[in-house]
Amino acid sequence: MSTTSRTPRRPVASWLLLVPALALLAGILLVPLFQSLLRSVGTPDFTLDHYASLFTDGVTITVLGRTAATAAIVTAVTFLLGYPYAYLMTRVGPRLRGVLLVIVLIPFWTSVMARNFAWIIILQRGGPVQSVFEFFGADDVVFYGSVVGVTIAMSQVLLPFMVLPLFSSLGSIDRKLLLAARGLGSSPLVAFWKVYWPLSRGGVVSGLILVFTLSLGFYVTPALLGSPQQSLIAQLLAQRTTQLLDFAGAGALGMLVLIVTLVLVAWANRFGGSISAIGVVATSRTKDTV
Amino acid sequence: MSTTVTPDTARPSRPTRRRDRGVDPIPFWLKAIGVLVALYFILPTLVVIPLSFSSGTALQFPPKELTLRWYENFFTNPVWLTSLGNSFLVAILAALLATVVGTAAAVGLSRLTGRLAGIARTLLMISIVTPAIVIAVAVYISFLQWHLTGTLLGYVLAHAALGVPFVLVAVTSALGGFDPKLLRASASLGASPFSSFVRVTLPLISRGVLSGAIFAFVTSFDEVVIALFLRSPTFQTLPVQMYNSVTYELDPTISASSSLVVVAVTIIFLVPQLVGNRKKTR
Repeated sequence: MSTTSRTPRRPVASWLLLVPALALLAGILLVPLFQSLLRSVGTPDFTLDHYASLFTDGVTITVLGRTAATAAIVTAVTFLLGYPYAYLMTRVGPRLRGVLLVIVLIPFWTSVMARNFAWIIILQRGGPVQSVFEFFGADDVVFYGSVVGVTIAMSQVLLPFMVLPLFSSLGSIDRKLLLAARGLGSSPLVAFWKVYWPLSRGGVVSGLILVFTLSLGFYVTPALLGSPQQSLIAQLLAQRTTQLLDFAGAGALGMLVLIVTLVLVAWANRFGGSISAIGVVATSRTKDTV
Repeated sequence: MSTTVTPDTARPSRPTRRRDRGVDPIPFWLKAIGVLVALYFILPTLVVIPLSFSSGTALQFPPKELTLRWYENFFTNPVWLTSLGNSFLVAILAALLATVVGTAAAVGLSRLTGRLAGIARTLLMISIVTPAIVIAVAVYISFLQWHLTGTLLGYVLAHAALGVPFVLVAVTSALGGFDPKLLRASASLGASPFSSFVRVTLPLISRGVLSGAIFAFVTSFDEVVIALFLRSPTFQTLPVQMYNSVTYELDPTISASSSLVVVAVTIIFLVPQLVGNRKKTR
């Protein structure tokens, strides 16, 4: 087999292998999204009214703001919990590290409905969380049906997306640098802030963007644990589609969410591949469980 | 990080393990945070299983009395059983489709370079970052026109599209350790490209294919957002029935269903582990 005869034939055959996957993707994802785009700008004729009304109808912008705020809080919570956890993972021995990694991946293993159901039970009136607060004298603390409950449940399932990029970033930092800084007379906090933190920033940024982006699209958790008065953007999207049958308005809102998501993902990509990060997170479910 | 470090203590005279602990111990507060975060990770799973044995009709944790009636209900009530059957059917077919087209795409992409191939790869991965609700709404409206809502085919196609990225990632990583010279060797021995693939490539990447298939299966089996939009009175999956039981019916059978799903998914994820370990010991 000579190189000249092989080179022109092979790419075509390789591209043919891509056809079924691309066709499936086009039929299920691209065509429906494109149709939805067409509806949003072409109902009844060409118009941008449906986009303009996202910002003028009063409801959408409020819900968007609430969604962004919730996403920001979830991101902050996962960061504050995830950073020390990822740091701890880099410090312990290989066996304990394996255990900590399996624990990180547990939210993935737990089915969506089982997890949300469990949170309802934990956070509901008369549930264990309220009992704990009651024990300490706070009588009427019920997180079920509130943004707080939604935040607790969302942070739990999004923590892996913070911990895993952080772990890979923190794991590559040479701790001898810290000892060197300490040896040169800096305090532990200064050594952390001037040496360790800057080196960890890549993982931090990609974790922050990843969690924020994923938070924007949550539907089941706010629908089950939140309150209808404090709905998030995904609920508004569902409501416009199935209850109001406002397909054009839903299309415009969907496009907005999609564009914001893709822009954020592309941005996160610059800090170490976030699309593939999710894939890696997902496949590490089986790979790294030792 | 709380002990003071002097260069003397860092001398390599002591055994390595002791030196690490002595100079650079893990502070107590860090361990405490680690334990708390670990608890947070496993809390829902910890609750689900004992809850399914709770006897009250209003589900309470911790349970006061133990019963098996929710399991009995799950396995005798036709609504739950049909949903379970539908979920299995959809997940198996969707995983099959996703694995076939995803493996083909991964093999194709592994031989392609350049911008266009990069774009194709990104396109194939895009469903993983697109919010499920955006896909669900778009798919719902288009499927209404195509008469695919509430059909087995509609569910299978939508879920297969979600599974492709997982197969792509798993198979691509398996292909990373694959030596293309083997294909040339098998071609030189007279094998057609197809039989080279079946007899040389496939056995070597089988673990990646299997783990991709498992992800695609679990992704479909557990998918709820798109399933909620595609449901019909005649066809719905288990997650949708679980959703109904929380929102409309308040049916405690969901506790049994949750435990069963959690246990089943755990077992499914352990499969490639066991396969891999057996290979290692051979």
